[in-house]
Amino acid sequence: MRSTAPVLSVRGATKRFGGLVAVNAMDFDVTEHQVMGLIGPNGSGKSTTLNLISGALKPTSGTISLRGTPITGLAPQTITHKGIARTFQLVRLLPSMNVRDNVVAGAVFGHRRRWGAEAAAHADALLDRVGLGGKGDMPVGQLTYIDTKRVELARVLAGDPTLLLLDEWLAGLNPTELRIGIDLIRSLRDEGRTIILVEHVMDAIRSLCDRCVVMSSGSKIAEGTPTQVLSDPDVIRAYLGDDDD
Amino acid sequence: MTAAEIRTLILAALALGVAALLPLTGSGYWLGLGLNIAMFTVLATSWALFSGPTHYISLATAAFFGLGTYTVGLGFETLPYWSLVALAGILGAVLAALVGLATLRLSGVYFVIFTLGLAELVRQVITWAQNMSGQKGLYVLTDITEDHIYWQLVGLAALVYLVGWLIGRSRLGFALRIIGDDEEVARHSGIDTARAKVLLFMVPGAVAAITGAMLAPRYVYIEPALAFTPMLSFQVVIMALLGGAGRLWGPLVGVIPFAILWETISSTFPNQTMLLLGVSFLVIVYVLPKGFVGLIDTVRRRLSNREGWT
Ligand SMILES: Nc1ncnc2c1ncn2[C@@H]1O[C@H](COP(=O)(O)OP(=O)(O)O)[C@@H](O)[C@H]1O
Ligand SMILES: [Mg+2]
Repeated sequence: MRSTAPVLSVRGATKRFGGLVAVNAMDFDVTEHQVMGLIGPNGSGKSTTLNLISGALKPTSGTISLRGTPITGLAPQTITHKGIARTFQLVRLLPSMNVRDNVVAGAVFGHRRRWGAEAAAHADALLDRVGLGGKGDMPVGQLTYIDTKRVELARVLAGDPTLLLLDEWLAGLNPTELRIGIDLIRSLRDEGRTIILVEHVMDAIRSLCDRCVVMSSGSKIAEGTPTQVLSDPDVIRAYLGDDDD
Repeated sequence: MTAAEIRTLILAALALGVAALLPLTGSGYWLGLGLNIAMFTVLATSWALFSGPTHYISLATAAFFGLGTYTVGLGFETLPYWSLVALAGILGAVLAALVGLATLRLSGVYFVIFTLGLAELVRQVITWAQNMSGQKGLYVLTDITEDHIYWQLVGLAALVYLVGWLIGRSRLGFALRIIGDDEEVARHSGIDTARAKVLLFMVPGAVAAITGAMLAPRYVYIEPALAFTPMLSFQVVIMALLGGAGRLWGPLVGVIPFAILWETISSTFPNQTMLLLGVSFLVIVYVLPKGFVGLIDTVRRRLSNREGWT
């Protein structure tokens, strides 16, 4: 089955915090099996855009639709049920639980739901998938930084989402970990997943994204393939001018 | 069911059976103490079912308890006693749902204050209603003896443990543990956090109201200051935390020593019970943040490390 309708479409999405317009009339689409990079300088509104999509924040105006159905302003749990799952810019794990239960947490209440032995087996399979095979019984407090990121990724994959939002998943990794991380995300891409990738790492953007939307001060300033947008004078100015803001 | 679970079940059944024999000793002192322990076990265990995983400290126990007491006090002449106990449970659950809907979206601090205020509010309303009708209190004259009340409470305790065990294995219990760890993650994992919290808050609400209904015949004469005493709410919190709210059996470990100590102190130095409450509070904060359960876990871990077990 092939659908031509975009998986996600964002139209005029705007978020104001008091006087600050953090996201200003954003328009973009994400189609099936596409990895879309959402890039831009710090504070340009990328995380806020993800928050609007995931339901963590309600847009001030604009609409967001998932496969043509509006999801604007719905509660995060409802949006999760409909098939959007996200990681957080600062990793959020469940400290009282072991690695497996952290992943099971994503399997029980999500888009596709599992319970009991089925959920545990699914979690173990995903832990293998992200490179944490055999670590299911470990407390999350003992994990290395990249492993905490892997657990969070496995948790969001556990509900079989149709759209994955990754907020700077590669940030803070050392060069070796970065290679592993990029390979891991590439493997998700190769599985045909639909992903919005908020990222700063240029190598990752070039090698992983089909298309990029560039934000600056809350607005979209460019859209196109990674090569196109990264050579766009407006984009270069936005990144270089970052320090002046 | 695993072998460990079956063993726990058999042990629990045995303990319950032994507890049920207490009235046969014929001692008023032991029965009185047993009654208090059974009552606080029920209250503290059900309290911890909600407050353990969510970390919301509820001071509403007295409100639900008093509601149950008054249900029996007002209705025992017209309706059969058992139907009143059931009615109290329903009223308690409904009140808890209303309180939950109004407050569980707020942060923990507001919740504590609201629940404390609730008991006071209900008490004032009833006092006002009684003043209007010219009464001070209510006589609850039944042929229910202390033995009966004790057995009812032991039965209720068994029910609370069963419900707690079932919740612990259910999706609702798992959802509450996730909420307790990180509410934002819970929501983004697909959990309707408000609904889960309200549902679970109805359990201690119903149980405390049923407990109040069961205790009403013991008091013979009830008035708002007795049925809605805020002291009850504080005692329940202290006992549950002293034992440890993270495990089903945790509160029991706090209830037994505390109830015995309370009984001893209130009979020898009746004015020092507040002191006991205060000292216990300090002990929980500074010495036993995870209660006796936490202490037991630490000792076990040390032993097994030293002797190379597991
Ligand atoms: N909850 C909030 N309240 C007020 N301002 C916020 C909030 N979240 C983000 N902002 C502001 O919105 C702007 C965009 O932030 P963010 O979306 O986090 O940027 P990015 O992820 O691109 O670095 C920043 O100026 C930030 O300070
Ligand atoms: Mg960000």
